[in-house]
Amino acid sequence: MEKKLGKATRDAYGLALAELGRENSEIVVLDADLSKSTKTVEFAKVFPERFFNVGIMEAHMVGVAAGLASAGKIPFISSFSCFLMCKGFEQMRMSVAFPELNVKIVVSHGGISIGEDGASQMSIEDFALALALPNFVSMVPADEYATRELIRQAAAHKGPVFMRTCRPKAPLIYGPDSKFQMGKGVRLREGRDVTLVATGLLVWEALEASETLKKEGIDAGVIDIHTLKPLDEDLLVEAARKTGRVVVAEEHQIWGGLGSAVARVLSQKAPCKMGFAAIQDVYGESGPAETLFDKYGLSSPHIVKAAKALFN
Amino acid sequence: MTTRENLLQKPSLEQLKAVAKQVRRDIVMMTCEAGSGHPGGSLSGTEILTALYFGVMRHDPANPKCADRDRMILSKGHASPLLYSVLAHAGYFDPSMLPTFRKFGSPLQGHPDMRKLPGIEASTGSLGQGLSIGIGLALARRLDQKSFYTYVVMSDGETNEGQTWEAAAMAAHHRVDHLVAILDYNKFQLDDATSVICNMEPMKAKWESFGWHAEEIDGHDFGQIFSAVDRARAQKGRPAILIAHTVKGKGVSFMENNNHFHGVAPTREEAQRAFKGLA
Repeated sequence: MEKKLGKATRDAYGLALAELGRENSEIVVLDADLSKSTKTVEFAKVFPERFFNVGIMEAHMVGVAAGLASAGKIPFISSFSCFLMCKGFEQMRMSVAFPELNVKIVVSHGGISIGEDGASQMSIEDFALALALPNFVSMVPADEYATRELIRQAAAHKGPVFMRTCRPKAPLIYGPDSKFQMGKGVRLREGRDVTLVATGLLVWEALEASETLKKEGIDAGVIDIHTLKPLDEDLLVEAARKTGRVVVAEEHQIWGGLGSAVARVLSQKAPCKMGFAAIQDVYGESGPAETLFDKYGLSSPHIVKAAKALFN
Repeated sequence: MTTRENLLQKPSLEQLKAVAKQVRRDIVMMTCEAGSGHPGGSLSGTEILTALYFGVMRHDPANPKCADRDRMILSKGHASPLLYSVLAHAGYFDPSMLPTFRKFGSPLQGHPDMRKLPGIEASTGSLGQGLSIGIGLALARRLDQKSFYTYVVMSDGETNEGQTWEAAAMAAHHRVDHLVAILDYNKFQLDDATSVICNMEPMKAKWESFGWHAEEIDGHDFGQIFSAVDRARAQKGRPAILIAHTVKGKGVSFMENNNHFHGVAPTREEAQRAFKGLA
């Protein structure tokens, strides 16, 4: 299995937005002075009249988007995940989630893979926050193709959406013809002994882990959960029943993310042995993404270790 | 009697005063029946909302989602009894629903829920958010080249919120017009006088320095409200705010400037006394 780097999911987002803007004149985009980093600048270049840079005002930006949505627009709003989710959270709750307004919140620089900028810019709590909002769909695409298609589906969906994109170039998992459906996981690899469930950049790590496990005689299936909510319970239950062992890997704090959600479902519908690869309730630090993935328990060797522990 | 038919046209000052009096009776009745709610800040904003819905706004209760309707966002969502009474008398729903305020199963929720009642333009109740939503509506108007106006009725207490000032700066920078904020400046917030908790004076100068057209008016004087709203609507390329000086608890003698009634409902006995003064 050869690792080929594609575009960063944030780059794919910017390009997808510009494409969507051509097709749908109701799409408007807001950014809080990070458009060159979130890549909404790609939309701004083509549709300056439908782009609003609100300044460094995350909370206010969410409210403006709510007003635009209630007048029939489809606002996409972006900033770094840690800033928008934390500073804009109460506005998401009151002005977007509660009235179920059609606002798309696409955050960039999710997780710790942003690297050198360090802990203050890293978002390790965003899944927990987004998943706690009723009426929200929450998505984390693994590569550029998934991003392109899921952004399209987010725009077509009537209601609030959260999506996390990431900073570094993402290894290619899919191709231009891959199919995605919001709310449905993707079975990337069949396996008999254990199922590796991952989201975002950790989908690649799970695939690598499955290769390693194969060499050690363990047949590991891999599932990409690009939509955390609604969660594809059927697929997870089927895999858990088949393999009896599930490892969940996410670039997120271990409290309140995908692992918790999967464990809740499986404990009720298909109890099995479970393991987790996630950040262990600590903040990150500056360094290259790969080094950080190793230190904080996210790289493929950690997933392998969590899987093997289920055979003891 | 204050019916929609004879008031949506050109109401006389006497008719407006009669509506305001009815609205005040409703506020007292609703909070008393509910045993909770916020009478003080509802009574202070009575003329403001009555003026907007019966003398200013272009709206049609029979077609509450009409694309080019004027919008009013009650950013101070705790004044929900005021909003519900005005909407009911304007024809959005039957005033017989008013006594269900805050009761289980009623669409008249403690704070306004736009999904539950026609005529509510934003779900509010967390202070500081209405102005941002109003700016979003005004930007949508500009993009679609529509002609509607957006009114945002705010409390003085919520100018404590940082989001208010984010909104103030951004609206001026983006030259947002067709946006009229009205500040119900009743000088009290929950814990005490605004001058005691966090004095926001000089209020008018703050808004002017942010680039807004700002005027101070008597928020209980219909004539002043109408003429100031006219000047606010005429602003091109800049937002406007009317700083409406009001009296908390206005119209009920023992509630006026008595902050006990910020968030405490009148007892039955107090309500009866209030009705006598509002006869």
